[in-house]
Amino acid sequence: MSAVTQDPNVVGGESLDTTSRRVAGEPRRRRRPILPLIYWVVVGITMVPIVFMIVYSFNDVPTGRISFPWSGFTPYWYLNLGQVSGLTHAFATSIEIAVLSALISIVLGVPMSLAMERYRFWGRGALNATVYADIAAPSIVVGAASLSFFLSSSISTGFVTILLVHSTFNLAYVVVVLRARLSGAGTALEEAAGDLGASPVVAFRTVTLPLLLPGIIAGAMLSLAMSIDDYVITSFVAGPSVTFPLFVYGAAKVGLPPQVLCFGTIIFAVGLLLALVNALITRRAPRPAFDDE
Amino acid sequence: MSTATMATDQVAGAGPAPTGQTRRPVGRRGVRAAPYLLSLAGSAWLLILFVIPLVSGLIVSLMSGNPEKGFTFTWDWGVYSSIFVNPAVPYATFFVRSLVYGGAATLITIIVGYPMAYFIAFRVSPRWKNALLFLVLLSFLVSFVIRIDMWAFILADQGPLLTILRDLHLASKDFHILGTSAAVIGGDAYNDLAFMVLPIYVALEKIEPRFLEAAGDLYGSPRTVFSRVVLPLSRSGIFAGVLLVFIDTVGDPVDASLLGGTNTYTIGQAIQDAYLTNQQYNVAAALSTVLMILLGIILFVYARIAGTENIENLV
Repeated sequence: MSAVTQDPNVVGGESLDTTSRRVAGEPRRRRRPILPLIYWVVVGITMVPIVFMIVYSFNDVPTGRISFPWSGFTPYWYLNLGQVSGLTHAFATSIEIAVLSALISIVLGVPMSLAMERYRFWGRGALNATVYADIAAPSIVVGAASLSFFLSSSISTGFVTILLVHSTFNLAYVVVVLRARLSGAGTALEEAAGDLGASPVVAFRTVTLPLLLPGIIAGAMLSLAMSIDDYVITSFVAGPSVTFPLFVYGAAKVGLPPQVLCFGTIIFAVGLLLALVNALITRRAPRPAFDDE
Repeated sequence: MSTATMATDQVAGAGPAPTGQTRRPVGRRGVRAAPYLLSLAGSAWLLILFVIPLVSGLIVSLMSGNPEKGFTFTWDWGVYSSIFVNPAVPYATFFVRSLVYGGAATLITIIVGYPMAYFIAFRVSPRWKNALLFLVLLSFLVSFVIRIDMWAFILADQGPLLTILRDLHLASKDFHILGTSAAVIGGDAYNDLAFMVLPIYVALEKIEPRFLEAAGDLYGSPRTVFSRVVLPLSRSGIFAGVLLVFIDTVGDPVDASLLGGTNTYTIGQAIQDAYLTNQQYNVAAALSTVLMILLGIILFVYARIAGTENIENLV
């Protein structure tokens, strides 16, 4: 919690006086528990597999495969993460692909979203449609089509093709996130920088980039999450490479080694930590209001 | 046109000599090349790695040959009839089943997700909205395949849930959850719930509170206010959610293979097997094409019925 006492009702420069919402006939006034009940029950259900994952990553199973009966608590699997052949390597591959594809999609996505948000140009509509198609197209179709393309171009599948395909779907997400960040932010600041004698490069570095930074961080986070998690598309273009989801999927048929749950728990903990840090930082620095509405 | 701007233009060497207009990069004439230069790399990337593969991948269905030796264009539509007319594999059944699963999962996410989005948008102080949205997304921090496999673990015949139910004599010995359609649909809905909650929340959040006040002032009962004001204004959010969830669930092979059984084989699995196991490239491409066309038709009809405006408003 920040020590700065901010008026919580002022969001984006617009007063959202919550009390003014409580008017006769407005549903808010009635305290019916049904909505919070639905919300908390469903959120609780979504947490069930995660609770099981965390608990069973400590189960002292004799077989090296997770099983239901509780055999006692042990930190053994965490201390022997590298015991399962191929798992650690798959995990490392996933992390590498995630970081690299996030970088590629940011580098391509920042100028592209600037162009799409600030200019009207020939092909903009088509580009926009392509970005949304990239997000909406069924993974199974994208995966199959990508594999066809690589095979017929005689590009052998493996690490590089996974990276290319991941960067492609991440690019679409990054552009959508950045455009949302840019929309409503006019160009007055950049123009002011220009009027004050800044070259376009300096204006970009000192004005545009800081404005975009939260969007870049959000886009990068989303990219990392999407990439680490992708199974369907990757299953087509992986060739001999194995990513973490591919390993898990293969092991699921015969029973997961407990170490898989350990890795899952570690990712969960790190993700939670990043999210909390991000929340604290953004709470410190509220987004400036750039609404020209 | 200020002399200062002119000076900076020349000093920075930006663009041509000033022609009596200030350098403004927003939708003005003057800097014509900028958007093309900015979007060049990204556009090229999407063209080469998304558009061309998608188009060529679908065209493969009209070719014969294989990727290693190359394809020859035979314009042979026979592969399409071989899928549906006396096929060795009942693909039509898989298509229907996948559409039913996807439709059911989408419906569940609307029924469950709308109240959740409504709760966050209207019943929670602004201070807590982000936290509650974050809780909806929290399960995404765990790898999707692990989450689904944990469900398989929980719902297994010898797993915790059924063991407890049997001990309480609430379930008979031959009652199964894993391997049934219900398990697959439930898994699909579980996976994509957040994709329904978020767009609906965004749409609800945009509703002007004064509209609700006005409706109340005009003696609208809460029910009427909801059905005549809130629901119509959030339709775009539902549409975006349906688009995301339906497309994702119809083609998804993972839930069906981890939570389903022999009777829940879906088109996603069929495409995967045709491609990766049996190397029937033209069949897989044809199935992909039919899937895209079916999804396109269904969503087009839905868009006409639902009468939604541009999806871009949601982003």
